[in-house]
Amino acid sequence: MSRRTRFAVFAVGAAGLVILFVLAAFRLPDFGGRFHPYGERAVTSAIAEKTKNVVSSVNFDQRAFDTVGEELILFASALGAVILLRMVRREREEEAGEHGYGPADVFDALRLTGYLLLPVTLLVGVYIVAHGHLSPGGGFQGGVVLGTALHLLYLTGDYPALARLRPVPVFESAEALGAGAFVVLGLAGAGLLIPMNSVVGLEVGCAFVLVLAKFFEQALLVRTDDAGTEDS
Amino acid sequence: MVQAAIAAPVLIAIMLAAGGRRLPRPVVDAVATGTILAVTVLLGIVLATALRHPVVTWLGGWPPRGGVSVGIPLVADPMSAGLALLVAVLTLAALVFSWRYLVEVQAIYHALMLLFTAAMCAFVLTGDLFDAFVFFELMSVIAYVLTGYKAEEPRTVHGALNFGVINSLGAYVTLMGIGLLYARTGQLNFAAMGARLPGQDHRLVTVAFALVCTGFLVKAATAPFHFWLADAHAVAPTPVCVLFSGVMVELGVYAIARTYWATFAGAVPGARPALAFLGVVTALLGGVMCVLQRHVKRLLAYSTVSHVGVILLGVAALDHDSLAGAAYYLLGHAGVKSALFIAAGTLLNRFETLDERELHGRGLRLRASGAVFLVGGLGLAGVPPSGLWAGKAVMDEAAQRAGWWWAAPVGVVASALTAGAVLRVWLRVFRGVGPSGGGTAEHEDSETGPRMSRLPWTMLTPGVILAGGAVLLGLIPGLLHGVSHAAGLFVDHDGYVSAVLSGGAWHAASAPLHPWTAAGLVGGAAGVVLAAVVAVLGLHQPVPRILRPVIDRLRAAHSGHVGEYAAWLTAGVALFGLLLFTA
Amino acid sequence: MSHLPYLAAGWILLAGIFGMVTSRNLVHVVVCLSVTQSATYVLLLAIGYRKGGTAPVFSDIKPTGKVVDPVVQAMTLTDIVVNATATALLLALAVQVAKRRGTIDPDELRPLE
Repeated sequence: MSRRTRFAVFAVGAAGLVILFVLAAFRLPDFGGRFHPYGERAVTSAIAEKTKNVVSSVNFDQRAFDTVGEELILFASALGAVILLRMVRREREEEAGEHGYGPADVFDALRLTGYLLLPVTLLVGVYIVAHGHLSPGGGFQGGVVLGTALHLLYLTGDYPALARLRPVPVFESAEALGAGAFVVLGLAGAGLLIPMNSVVGLEVGCAFVLVLAKFFEQALLVRTDDAGTEDS
Repeated sequence: MVQAAIAAPVLIAIMLAAGGRRLPRPVVDAVATGTILAVTVLLGIVLATALRHPVVTWLGGWPPRGGVSVGIPLVADPMSAGLALLVAVLTLAALVFSWRYLVEVQAIYHALMLLFTAAMCAFVLTGDLFDAFVFFELMSVIAYVLTGYKAEEPRTVHGALNFGVINSLGAYVTLMGIGLLYARTGQLNFAAMGARLPGQDHRLVTVAFALVCTGFLVKAATAPFHFWLADAHAVAPTPVCVLFSGVMVELGVYAIARTYWATFAGAVPGARPALAFLGVVTALLGGVMCVLQRHVKRLLAYSTVSHVGVILLGVAALDHDSLAGAAYYLLGHAGVKSALFIAAGTLLNRFETLDERELHGRGLRLRASGAVFLVGGLGLAGVPPSGLWAGKAVMDEAAQRAGWWWAAPVGVVASALTAGAVLRVWLRVFRGVGPSGGGTAEHEDSETGPRMSRLPWTMLTPGVILAGGAVLLGLIPGLLHGVSHAAGLFVDHDGYVSAVLSGGAWHAASAPLHPWTAAGLVGGAAGVVLAAVVAVLGLHQPVPRILRPVIDRLRAAHSGHVGEYAAWLTAGVALFGLLLFTA
Repeated sequence: MSHLPYLAAGWILLAGIFGMVTSRNLVHVVVCLSVTQSATYVLLLAIGYRKGGTAPVFSDIKPTGKVVDPVVQAMTLTDIVVNATATALLLALAVQVAKRRGTIDPDELRPLE
């Protein structure tokens, strides 16, 4: 199919989609309106359970099963990254040192900023996880902060230090532990917000580190032995 | 009970992922297979209970008060429990098959298979539309990974990427539809939304139906959303194909049916002709593409497209008998197609290629695989008393009553084309009929590592049992009655709503079904005869010159270009919406 | 005017699909897919908005105060996680396509048959 035909097919479809969507959009309640029956019920239920953050109450209590699914998506995709980005035939891993991925030549100011920000960012992550039931935040948001905090080390130019700080097998096990604990909590005792937020934070942080570690390996260490990448 | 059936595989999967690497392979196999066996038993009990009266479980202790709830229910009616059981049985077959197969895999493969099972079960059992979206995504994410499992092959990663992009796009369009429904009804529960749809503006409801169905139509590989399927099936490991073709794709049709009857019943008058049109196009296009293939797995993949089109056509009639027929057809197809993929897997294992011409005459000594191909081909053709035949006969009778005289011929053509292609493979590979040569000698990974002296029984038995069972499905006493009962409950919108929201009674008025009619037998015979003709012509006759340009166009359209697939998806949504409005 | 946010969501969806259709780079395709998913965030949050409403968190306001719909916010949070993970996986596949085929231009990738 030529680019022109492809665009024509899309244009026809897009025209139809525009008509459909506009038809529907003008039949929706006005923006900012007062019709939110589910939202109001959720607020009432959260208050009855004495949960201050209603979004957390919906996520971890009222609709905890959605979050179990969501956690498993995260877990499965971390496993997926391990599978899809594994070493395969014709490839070998090079030692990090072999490439001079030691402390790289970066500005001292950048290095210093990275080292200083690392503990601060970790602390912020823990805070966001721990306060998820009270204020905006929670395991997902905090977990992402925790997971990315470690990579400040990479920004300072020190990949080996990052690699030492995150032994992949440990993070794999910790991630599985977090996911398992969450499933048990989610199915057995929905509503235990603090432990649930904590295990989610653990799982999200570890999954993030794991997925990024696999991408780093591919980008920095894995080399294909033969030059021809096309299949025979 | 229902929760346990979902939680058990998930927890075992997590343990395997955490510590399975240190366990020897046989232990991992035994743990995974044992878990699925336990899940099968659990779901069998759930099904038996659901046949007496459907079970609604509100998770997390949030039962509805005054007809509304903030929680999520699991609804085990005979149809959903039966499908979940089918998922478990097929996973069992796939896991037994993988004992000696895929020897280089780590425990992560088993963990993913267990999670996949749990995701599919949760998807069919949930009574909440947004929750269905979440588990749809879980199912899809695992499916992308399993498809791309042999990451060292260029075709594999390319096919998995196409699959992932198009499926995700479809899922997001579905989520847009969920948003529209939520804005108008303020609910996410199938039943609660359904209870508030009467009286809503029909334009909004119709557009919402079109958008919600998009993701499910992509999963069901309905034309023009079907392009990803062959790309993914041709490259996925064989046990994964068993689950993909046997049940995952069909879950798309199930989701459309569930959404329609639980929520939209009667509110979208255009659904009948629109779904029927897509079903017919899919059945015929899939059949034609199937005949044109020479890569055996790709051929089987297009045959799945075609048969799912027939199932969609059965659902599109939107009546009880036709739905029961479609469910029966689905069961028969699941058995036959899984068995065929398993047999194709044995070919790949022996000869490291799946090119039909390259394999010419090389299967003479693989008696069991050959038998599965013959029986499978006949099953697809609709030979009595196979499940496909019985389902087809029931669907055709319902269509006849509704004035859809064209439905029966469409079904026969689809069976003849797809079965003809499979029988052609049987003749060429296992009987050595027809001219030899012309192979491309393209080698694929055998998926087993070191070559085995002979095929182990674990690779053959699941295929033989599934094919045999599917072909005898029409004879099992009580099964037709059970399916009819399940369909009766399924189409009872008011019963579903009251059972879920207020624990009310949910009874089906099930009518007995009769596949053993003269018309049904004639249809079966016509399918078999035409399939034989297609097979023999395919062996000896080149494609007539007049048809060449059309065929070249068709082939060119299935290009593996992800941008084109996205363009077709957009056009498909517009087409489906247009059909919903004009009818 | 009061329907503009919904229309914006539709526009973002189309923009994303347009990018996927015309793209010459698989990484770009995956990013465009994220754009289409942003449309769902905008739609959901627009649906849940309430004039004058604050965040549905009652740590420093009275439980009687007007708040926006918390359910769509929870749905959006779920949706974001789904997006992030799916994107990671698809990028992993794109990396492998680049390694195995030597190109990530969909126009240059050979057909899969």
